[in-house]
Amino acid sequence: MPDIEDIADELAAELKKHNADYLEARLEESQTSYITYRGKDLDSIGRSSGSGGNVRALIKGGWGFTSFNSLDELSKRVAQAVEQARAAGSGKSYLSPVEAIVDRVPAGVDINPVTIPLAEKKKLLDEYNGIIWSTPQIQTSNIGYSDSRKKVIFLNSSGSHITQERSDVNLTILSIAAKDGEVQQLLLSRGSRGNFSTMQDLHEEVEEKARHAVEMLSVPQVRGGEYTVVLNPFLAGVFAHEAFGHLSESDFVYENERMRDIMTLGRQFGGKHLNITDSAAVPGFRGSYKYDDEGTPTTDTHLIREGKLVGRLHSRETAAKMKEKPTGNARALNYGYPPIVRMTNTYIEPGDVSFEDMIADIKEGIYAKDCFGGTTSMEMFTFSAGEAYMIRNGKIAEALRPVVLTGNVFNTLENIDAIGDDLDRNEGGGCGKGEQMPLPISTGSPHIRIKKCLIGGS
Amino acid sequence: MEKILSLAGKTAEEAEVYQVVSEETRVKFEANRLKQLQTRQQTNIALRIIKDGKTGYATSTEIGDGKELVNNAVETAAFGTEAKFKMPGLTEYPRVDILDEAVDSVSIKEMIKLGDDMIAAVTGHTSGINCEASVGRGIVTVKILNSRGGQAEYKKSFFSLGIEGTLIDGTDMLFVGDNESSCHPISDPERVVKTTLRQLDLAKNQAKTPTRQLPVIFTPDGIASALSPPLMAAFNGKIVLQGASPIGSKLGEKAFDDKFHLHDDPTVEYRPGSRPCDDEGVASRRTSLVERGSVNGFLYDLQTAALSGKESTGNGSRGRGLPSPGPSAFIVSPGNTTFDEMVADIKEGLVVEYLMGASQGNVLGGDFSGNVLLGYKIENGRIVGRVKDTMVSGNIYQLLNNIAAIGSEARWVGSSLQTPPIYLPGVAVASQG
Repeated sequence: MPDIEDIADELAAELKKHNADYLEARLEESQTSYITYRGKDLDSIGRSSGSGGNVRALIKGGWGFTSFNSLDELSKRVAQAVEQARAAGSGKSYLSPVEAIVDRVPAGVDINPVTIPLAEKKKLLDEYNGIIWSTPQIQTSNIGYSDSRKKVIFLNSSGSHITQERSDVNLTILSIAAKDGEVQQLLLSRGSRGNFSTMQDLHEEVEEKARHAVEMLSVPQVRGGEYTVVLNPFLAGVFAHEAFGHLSESDFVYENERMRDIMTLGRQFGGKHLNITDSAAVPGFRGSYKYDDEGTPTTDTHLIREGKLVGRLHSRETAAKMKEKPTGNARALNYGYPPIVRMTNTYIEPGDVSFEDMIADIKEGIYAKDCFGGTTSMEMFTFSAGEAYMIRNGKIAEALRPVVLTGNVFNTLENIDAIGDDLDRNEGGGCGKGEQMPLPISTGSPHIRIKKCLIGGS
Repeated sequence: MEKILSLAGKTAEEAEVYQVVSEETRVKFEANRLKQLQTRQQTNIALRIIKDGKTGYATSTEIGDGKELVNNAVETAAFGTEAKFKMPGLTEYPRVDILDEAVDSVSIKEMIKLGDDMIAAVTGHTSGINCEASVGRGIVTVKILNSRGGQAEYKKSFFSLGIEGTLIDGTDMLFVGDNESSCHPISDPERVVKTTLRQLDLAKNQAKTPTRQLPVIFTPDGIASALSPPLMAAFNGKIVLQGASPIGSKLGEKAFDDKFHLHDDPTVEYRPGSRPCDDEGVASRRTSLVERGSVNGFLYDLQTAALSGKESTGNGSRGRGLPSPGPSAFIVSPGNTTFDEMVADIKEGLVVEYLMGASQGNVLGGDFSGNVLLGYKIENGRIVGRVKDTMVSGNIYQLLNNIAAIGSEARWVGSSLQTPPIYLPGVAVASQG
């Protein structure tokens, strides 16, 4: 396989030869390993490696983007991207200035997870699977483990030359219980920015999930309707990401007048206790990095302060168009895709309400924990909780079948009437936007309470 | 590829090399105008070996000298599952027409014009709407070679176009749109435009829904968003083998309404989901899954079939890892009730076009619950407007056991589902406000 470091200089020189408003290129090489189980037996184990790159050109507001994994004939690829941009552009190019940066950023983990012997990873997964299978009434299990190591070289026509490495580890463990044709499943999901050891002490959690999956076979389904709902930190973090985070991605906003009206800075979205931040700059989380895929240094971006909209996430283009500062949120899943505006580590900042106080005055409500998945249309969101319980007279009461919560984003943010003091982060799963998924991110929040949340049910 | 096969053959009993090469060009529109031209060239090579009776697997984007690929496959084989199957030898494949060379010669100019035309039609109909559109074309070449003499090679063309419109009023948002794909070039965006404009017309007014059981018509897109994902999991032979499919033990038994018939068919000509053989080189065939409401079969790849005492149905499908059973194209047989007749039959009910978030819950169990992102209220046999702040929930095994009518007008949704509308007499609806 050709070394991407060897061809980077040649490509950098090529980018300066063309007459475009802006040109950039990314070269990438990656190694991954993965192990999956379906039921008692190992289903798939493998290693893969890959390399590739892309060139992106901007001319008169039009973009050309060409991706490839044959690294020959790079000058032709550059010419092709330029030609495409010329065919697409007919207006003015907008791009916020970012200084040329030459830097090298190591992965920041002691042990590259890909190099850990497969035997060691398999041994750990065998332990977890053994725990699930020793739980009475478990029908089966699905386990998916994967890790990766990636090196990306970013080059642009202003002279930036940034080499960044990162590692990623992801684990999902699904316990499936079945009885009389009914199936219930419960998911444990963990992610880390390359630290395999964070996957190592999950035995108790695996056991608890498996036991609860069985329990769910015999619990009732909630009656659909409006409830006061308390979300645990994991679910509340996903809520912040889905219900508000995507709205603050400026590529949805910058060329849409009516959307710009909705997202006017200073608009009140929630109570004074509501503060939401996105930050790739805090090191060590799955959404952390030093430079985004346009070579822009990252910042802390306050999105909501004391309930008011104060910021949003930008690429160089959206920032220039909206006359704001770039935030370093242009990210691409891999070399096959152009960077688009994405979240990184998004979280609701802690308030001062204890969990006990939060549920104390709820006569009938729902406590929803963890998350199976979530999605948004900007106006509406839905997510499915992993576990759910009734709250009766200020106490957690009987377990319920998992619930799906939905609502209007704007009303629901206003309806958050308590924010807990117990911030917790979650790094499992990934975010999807367009075809680019799963992108490593993290979410975080304390417990939060929402009035009048719509729950689907029988 | 031959080189890797012979290199792998030195250490393994059996070996198979799978290569897919794709070239794709796309024209993308944002905020009602041309924004980006995109090309993508991608090669992937997968090596599967059987060593000491166990399966090893490695993939790469480049053949190189083949040594890394062989070494990685050998390392994984030490932990691999016991290979219960035999790779297919030289096989005669059915003729499945999936290549139209004309796709390659559609010019960028023509693709831009298609996008411009779609956007002009939609923005001309509704002012203030913000559209994204894309027009794409490409060619995929697949080659499979194995040590038992099996070899397969085919080339497939594809063409797609689609539009998504967002209409914002205050904080109210309406999402409409449609897309279409084929192995032929699509020269007329009429179907996509017509569907989108009809959605805009039907959604002009808003209507309220009560919280209770209501008759609901799922359109083909509505079925794709809520009902078909659980079915695709339930008929997967691997999930059946695991005992995690609610219909896994019901082969030959009735599990659905008599009106419901379902099959998988990778041989429909010029469909992007079609191919002469699956990703393991097993010949494509039509597989009946539900006949008159009775479970008639499941989908298998080679290994799952061997473990289940069945034969592969030619549904070996590759994602990142080893082949595993996957649908090529689910086809629900049409009935004889038109969509208009269904609507006319309902005093109070809903039409669901898209249920957001419906397939993120207990898909294996058949439960779904989602927010009606696009759907309409029916009152006294007529569509009166769009519904909002509404959830539709249910279990597909209960709901598809009692179907009021199956539509006569089937259509493709993406490349993996063809279905008519389905009319269900009682579905749980919860509404806010």
